[in-house]
Amino acid sequence: MKSFVKEKGLVLPLDRANVDTDYIIPKQFLKSIKRTGFGKNLFDEARYLDKGEPDQDCSKRPLNPDFVVNQPRYQGASILLARENFGCGSSREHAPWALDDFGIRAIIAPSFADIFFNNCVKNGILCIVLDEATVDQLFQETFAQEGYALDIDLEAQTITKPDGSKISFEVEPSRKHVLLNGLDDIGLTMQHAEDIKAFEQRWRERSPWLFA
Amino acid sequence: MAGKTLYDKLWESHLVKELDNGTSLIYIDLHFLHEVTSPQAFEGLRLAGRKPWRASANMATPDHNVPTTTNERSRGVEGIVDPISRIQVKTLDDNCNDFGITEFGIEDSRHGIVHVIGPEQGRTLPGMTIVCGDSHTSTHGALGALAHGIGTSEVEHVLATQCLVQRKAKNMLVKVNGKLKPGVTAKDVILAIIGKIGTAGGTGYTIEFAGDVIRDLSIEGRMTVCNMAIEAGARAGIVAVDDKTIEYLKGRPYAPKGEQWEQAVAAWRNLVSDADAVFDTVVELDGGEIVPQVSWGTSPEMVAPVTGVVPDPASAPTEAKRNNYQQALKYMGLEPGTPITEIKLDRVFIGSCTNSRIEDLRAAAAVVKGRKVASNIKQALVVPGSGLVKAQAEKEGLHQIFIEAGLEWREPGCSMCLAMNADQLGQGEHCASTSNRNFEGRQGFGGRTHLVSPAMAAAAAVFGHFVDVREVELH
Repeated sequence: MKSFVKEKGLVLPLDRANVDTDYIIPKQFLKSIKRTGFGKNLFDEARYLDKGEPDQDCSKRPLNPDFVVNQPRYQGASILLARENFGCGSSREHAPWALDDFGIRAIIAPSFADIFFNNCVKNGILCIVLDEATVDQLFQETFAQEGYALDIDLEAQTITKPDGSKISFEVEPSRKHVLLNGLDDIGLTMQHAEDIKAFEQRWRERSPWLFA
Repeated sequence: MAGKTLYDKLWESHLVKELDNGTSLIYIDLHFLHEVTSPQAFEGLRLAGRKPWRASANMATPDHNVPTTTNERSRGVEGIVDPISRIQVKTLDDNCNDFGITEFGIEDSRHGIVHVIGPEQGRTLPGMTIVCGDSHTSTHGALGALAHGIGTSEVEHVLATQCLVQRKAKNMLVKVNGKLKPGVTAKDVILAIIGKIGTAGGTGYTIEFAGDVIRDLSIEGRMTVCNMAIEAGARAGIVAVDDKTIEYLKGRPYAPKGEQWEQAVAAWRNLVSDADAVFDTVVELDGGEIVPQVSWGTSPEMVAPVTGVVPDPASAPTEAKRNNYQQALKYMGLEPGTPITEIKLDRVFIGSCTNSRIEDLRAAAAVVKGRKVASNIKQALVVPGSGLVKAQAEKEGLHQIFIEAGLEWREPGCSMCLAMNADQLGQGEHCASTSNRNFEGRQGFGGRTHLVSPAMAAAAAVFGHFVDVREVELH
């Protein structure tokens, strides 16, 4: 798995609450059996003026000039700034795949939906929860200052602003460990294979109908 | 010491071991797979040279991306017109063959929406842990199982290890007291709950639904309620086991038999929260006050009673909510103060893992019977949840009622709930839908969804606009 250690990059402000995973990557792109190539369809319905189809050449599609992702000043951004309950709805991991493919490495929001948050960790994307006032302040500063960039250090659990001031953030130690080291979850769990087998044996004796 | 909640009991019984940092290794009894969120997981297994830990603990069916017209379905997988969809469905067939996983393919009479066929087959059992790469896996909690959606990386993880690394959620009790008024259904109950606690109200919790109203619901109705727990932010929703649960499961193909049945029932009787269990949060509603619900916006929390009006953003409690309401009204093309019954409708969809079971179709047919689809409705789809639901409905003559009224009778699948197949709304069209999500574009590019119960959707089809189904005479 991809690791996350540090990220310095432009901030993309998506000023909208309850962004759902259908909004992040619409369903027609879920027909792909691959894990890559979703970046060009990230936020497809808001980003383009026409209806997108899988395997389409997006370079010729009409862009929605009002949508923040299309504004020249945010091109190349790697840190997404979002509002509450980001990533709600469907469990599609295509949402973090699309964000990753587009170049987003970290997301800052007041809250995230559970399944999406988990899916991000599996893809080396850092989700940072900050209180609403701090997020609001970051929105204002991003809008006010062209080229606004943040410097995120996961080891130190800090975000450094352009003026040098720092914001600290919480991260669960196990998730931090996995992200910093880009660990293979399945490999880690397989280290407990004997425990799983022992549990399975006990469980089978207690609930034989589950193994019939 | 305080007693245990049902969720506590389910969690503890599946605890393989506690890991560092507050995570636990949890054993998974049953894993459902479908064509959309599994191909990358199987590919991952192949690349790492891994095999399923316990192939028999998996069950697959293609549902999200299958056509629903009889013509296209009559030629099986090869008959799927869209080549990208055909590859995806075939890939599931191939993966199940390669890895020894039971699949109900689209030509199998038992095929259907994964969350409909699991309980229908008795594959879903009380006391199980169940996961699937689909957020509506919470449906299975209606039978006293701990069930939730996962992403594709976790699909691969469960295939390889039969376990997940998890953090225990908090306990929330949602108690619906009293008695529902006639014409008010499970769908109205869950929409009213989401309207009250909000789309993130259950984030970080497992919700146990309880109270007299929940006890009075059929198992199908409880599935409708648990199905939409995720729409309140909770990954899992559960209902305690009672006589109805056991009665529902008895004799189903995969349910235990003989001596094991007796043994299982004895164990299942314990799957209730202890009387002295403590919940982190308790929410209570009076079921007698719930009226049929209609969503007016782009989040399932944006609901109003059918007797109400589209709200004014100025009345929203916070500025953030005001912005949400404004964005939603703009997308929906609605003006504040418009009576819900005056919203213009273009299409009707009766189906999805929320509302495509036999009792849903019976409720819809009862309203439609002796009436015709209104002239302004371009299309009204009825998509049964499974081949067996379809067969049962046809045995009861429900399909004739729908067809005579001008509704389309389709083959099972997810269909217009997420509109991955050809069943889609056109831009700007309004749809009365029995599905679970009214997000922007969910049912088609620019489409506008109004979430309702099957009876409300059926009434909308024949009257051409929302009506209070409590006032509709049944023929």
